[in-house]
Amino acid sequence: MNPAEIAVSYYTILRKDMVRILRIWPQTFLPSVVTSALYFLIFGAFLGSRIGAFGDIPYVSFVVPGLIMLAVVTNSFANVATVMFSAKFFSRNIDEILVSPTPPWVIVAGFVSSGVVRGVLVGILVYLTSLFFAAVSFHNVLVVIVFLILTSVALSLGGLVNGIYAKSFDGISIIPTFVLAPLVYLGGVFYSVEVLPEFWRGLTHVNPLFYIIDGFRYGFLGSSDVSPWLSFAVLLGLVAVLGAFAIHLIRTGLGLRQ
Amino acid sequence: MDKPAQDNRAAGGSFSAGAAWTTDAAPGGAPALAVRDLRKVYATGTEALKGVSLEMPPGDFFALLGPNGAGKTTVIGIVTGIVDKSGGSVSVFGDDIDRHPQAARRHIGVVPQELNFNIFEKVIDIVVTQGGYYGIPRKIAYPRAEEILEQLGLHDKRNDKSMTLSGGMKRRLMIARALIHRPRLLILDEPTAGVDVELRRGMWDFLRRLTAQGTSILLTTHYLEEAEQLCRHVAIINRGQIVAAGTVRDILAQLHAETVVLDLAPGAAERAASLLPAFRAAVADPSTLELEIASGHSLGEAIVALETAGIGVRMARGKAGRLEEVFMKLTAEGEK
Repeated sequence: MNPAEIAVSYYTILRKDMVRILRIWPQTFLPSVVTSALYFLIFGAFLGSRIGAFGDIPYVSFVVPGLIMLAVVTNSFANVATVMFSAKFFSRNIDEILVSPTPPWVIVAGFVSSGVVRGVLVGILVYLTSLFFAAVSFHNVLVVIVFLILTSVALSLGGLVNGIYAKSFDGISIIPTFVLAPLVYLGGVFYSVEVLPEFWRGLTHVNPLFYIIDGFRYGFLGSSDVSPWLSFAVLLGLVAVLGAFAIHLIRTGLGLRQ
Repeated sequence: MDKPAQDNRAAGGSFSAGAAWTTDAAPGGAPALAVRDLRKVYATGTEALKGVSLEMPPGDFFALLGPNGAGKTTVIGIVTGIVDKSGGSVSVFGDDIDRHPQAARRHIGVVPQELNFNIFEKVIDIVVTQGGYYGIPRKIAYPRAEEILEQLGLHDKRNDKSMTLSGGMKRRLMIARALIHRPRLLILDEPTAGVDVELRRGMWDFLRRLTAQGTSILLTTHYLEEAEQLCRHVAIINRGQIVAAGTVRDILAQLHAETVVLDLAPGAAERAASLLPAFRAAVADPSTLELEIASGHSLGEAIVALETAGIGVRMARGKAGRLEEVFMKLTAEGEK
């Protein structure tokens, strides 16, 4: 395929899922907004004064970046995992793409981009929701944008791999429920790693989502538990490894072809 | 690196009203499909293909016949890139599916056996989206899709969700989707399964028009009459092996005998059968006799014998489904 044809193919994959995402917006956008609003209400208006502040930052403002990341991580992952699993499990319409000359990396790029668009849009909506409950300011907007997009890319790639490997509905619910959720919640959404006992602090440092949340929070607050450059490197490493693996799976057809 | 596609009809090409499209599938060029020693062993250990070889000339209408589980769909799956092969080679118009997968896939349009489109999408969107996967921009794909849907009698349904279509319409939608990039080789895996007689005949006419305009067609079917009516070449596959291949005429010649049906006066069939011991006559009903005319005998000889005995022959016709007889014979031999 020439570059123009590749662009058309990429746009086709992306457009198809964007139409779906926008058509079912109460399922794709609303839940994260409602859940986040509840978190902001509880940790801001109800419990905020009892919990206190992190330095000179009110608790509710401290948790805003973490809750945005929580929404971005879960939406990016779930979107691509569900779409890929449905395409290969129900009616096999993934074959429409597999029989075409679309190169594997374009297939990966198309699926991941739709996850990124959904993840970023949900992230923005949660941020806008937070403005009703907390004073939120940016220390470095560029850091926020880079971490937002790269996190969404990494988790969309993870969702793609999960969707390819899944052999049943359980396969696309086990990872988000029993792996992703604990990693996110224990990755510092609600607290700074500094408040943890030494054992748990050490354990948190092997959790890749800790670096993602910490780096993203640096973009808002200007302070972090580890160097933002280290967080950036971990995030880039995740994208590289998962990207290469996803392209390998599509190219070889593992889990997709017989 | 895949080589650049030589045939760029996907993005351009003419599309005349009321007809299909012109093709540049030049007779005498590379085979439309060349399969060499194709082997497939599934992860379960099932050996689905045991060295299948076949060659399909450009512009041909080719049928791959075989009982359930013979390996037809596996062959098609490998050719179209849905199934990985365990051995052998496949090329489409000279483009090897391993060395030049993009070019090979661009040549192929596939209509799978099972419905595999998104039932929540609109008919026109399914066809246009498929064009997008081949790099065809929407502004080109949209009018092209409307044209194809018109030819297949689905234009009125173009804005309906595909789940609302009847079974026959869904089959036609899959054909429309396969044609959006104007493939040189159209592969249909049992396209008329579950389609009523009238629609089937209409589909046959459509496919005949396609081949007349140069599109090569590979068909698998359970309806042997379909292969006999439509195809120039036939291969019969059984238990993962080709057991017969050639022109329809060549395959039929393996019968060594032709069955003719005679319509006689009511009640005359039994007596007529007794008068024709050399013809392996079978009484179908009291007024109908089936005669097997082997080499060395003729239909005229039988009719004269009956007329001489005072039994008039009202009508003589060839028995339909001759290919079925060969098919049953060859696949039965494979069972032994």
